[in-house]
Amino acid sequence: MAKIVLDKLIERFAGGEILETGSQHGNEWARVVPSAWRQVAEFLRDEPALHMNMFVDLTCVDRQPAEPRFDVVLHLYSIEKKYRVRLMAGVPEKQASIATLVPVWPGANWFEREAFDMYGVRFEGHPDLRRILMYQEFQGHPLRKDYPKEKRQPLLRRLPGSV
Amino acid sequence: MADTAPTALESRRRVVFGESDVADFDDQDLPTEVMPLMMGPSHPAMHGTVRIALEVEGEKIKTADIQIGYLHRCFEKEAEHATWTQIFPYTDRLNYVSPMLNNVGYALAVEKLLDLEDKIPERAQYIRVIVGEISRITDHLTCLAAGAMELGAFTVFFYLIKGREWLWELLEEVSGARLTHSYVRIGGVVADLPEGWAARLREVLGKVRVAIGDADKLLTRNKIFRDRMDGVGVIDKADVAGWGLTGPIARSTGVPYDVRKDHPYLVYDRFDFDVPVGSTGDNFDRYLVRLEEISQSMRILDQALTKIPAGPIIVDDPRVALPQKRETYNTIEAMIAHFKLIMDGLHVPPGEIYSFTEGGNGELGFYIVSNGTGRPWKCRVRPPCFANLAVLTKVLPGLFIADVVPTFGMINMIGGECDR
Repeated sequence: MAKIVLDKLIERFAGGEILETGSQHGNEWARVVPSAWRQVAEFLRDEPALHMNMFVDLTCVDRQPAEPRFDVVLHLYSIEKKYRVRLMAGVPEKQASIATLVPVWPGANWFEREAFDMYGVRFEGHPDLRRILMYQEFQGHPLRKDYPKEKRQPLLRRLPGSV
Repeated sequence: MADTAPTALESRRRVVFGESDVADFDDQDLPTEVMPLMMGPSHPAMHGTVRIALEVEGEKIKTADIQIGYLHRCFEKEAEHATWTQIFPYTDRLNYVSPMLNNVGYALAVEKLLDLEDKIPERAQYIRVIVGEISRITDHLTCLAAGAMELGAFTVFFYLIKGREWLWELLEEVSGARLTHSYVRIGGVVADLPEGWAARLREVLGKVRVAIGDADKLLTRNKIFRDRMDGVGVIDKADVAGWGLTGPIARSTGVPYDVRKDHPYLVYDRFDFDVPVGSTGDNFDRYLVRLEEISQSMRILDQALTKIPAGPIIVDDPRVALPQKRETYNTIEAMIAHFKLIMDGLHVPPGEIYSFTEGGNGELGFYIVSNGTGRPWKCRVRPPCFANLAVLTKVLPGLFIADVVPTFGMINMIGGECDR
């Protein structure tokens, strides 16, 4: 469907930034090294032959026990050319962080906050990296595979001095 | 005394009604301090529990921090522990004014993983289109009704909500539930349309058409309504791509992106319908786009009811479809198959898919990762109104407090979908 996107990516980034590409069920995807995350995103947005300027979705996948544990997954679309592509970048648990895409697409703001909230992946340079769905006092990151489904964290605000 | 009274009234009238006496309103502004103001989470206009933390300077909004999450129900976490079929009831509760569209969107994603996409019986595809378009109408009706009510047009609210109720009664006939239908299954739908249903749908559509016409007459040229909508909450066409806006919000700015047209799924390529687009991207355009989309959905329904073929309603594949009840009760093979499908769930081969459909509010995406077991490894929803709502952090500053109500209303944020 959009093989041209992958071809262009491989052509532009010949220095090993693209680790792997593939196509499954009509979805084209590319795995990039985390250090080139923002660079690849900017290229896709600005390349006139692709014009993948629409930010669609950003999320994470916890691939435990695989290493690197987390995949940051980005979906892009070109309204004009109707291409779609999925970008993935693996980040290890020990240093779970990747460059933010907010300067590239302002819409990434909330999606990155959600990914941080749910998986604990930090987006370096994000203007306002707060939790978005959970409350600020919440401990841990609920969509990590090691967060038990039954665990409850009621939000109790006790007055000082009360038992 | 008798002489002065009318003069006093006259001067009061001028103060109250005489806008012309004030040359420039901005000159009248007194220096004010920035004041925090919380709208919501339980505010009559914040339907779906959301809090907007505003910083206001007088009546003008300086910053708007939209705080969502009040309706977070751990959809993804629950889905990771449920069988593929058990997820349908959760999808009902995403966009709870158009549950059928979520059902269909999820089913299509799983069917792509199963490579069943081309094997879905045609009748099932038509039924999905029909119930989906009814859901789209109820979605738009809800948005318009609530939006009108918040601006004081309570009559319109009743007209439109009545129409929504008639349509939900029809969906109740089909699925057994008024709102949480869980009607679609992987591979098809759970039951055929009841006897005489198509005729009843046509009759209801006629009544809804009248209701829409009444609402149109009451609102579209109504000065009170127009004053609150025209030129308020303008979204720039250039912001559509960067903010990931889709659906009526994107179309109101003039971007004709509609998944049903650009990437036809099911049998949408066989119908003749238009994609209405706005020109300015203000609240009034969003109102008009939704109003017109209701008519377009009715066109699709009309054609679908004419063209719908007879035939099976679920794929003939024992890996995904439950055997007929008669078989289950009478043969051991069918009983075991039934037991395995219910207890183990169907097995989806390993893979990843991003599948997208046109939901009530825009592109409803499902990003699913399967590892080959009976449960999804990840089942992510890309909620359209999550992106659509985020843009308000840019749109609201500079507006008046009163503008929050129509602007927020026309975004049609649905808490169940936004917070998941």
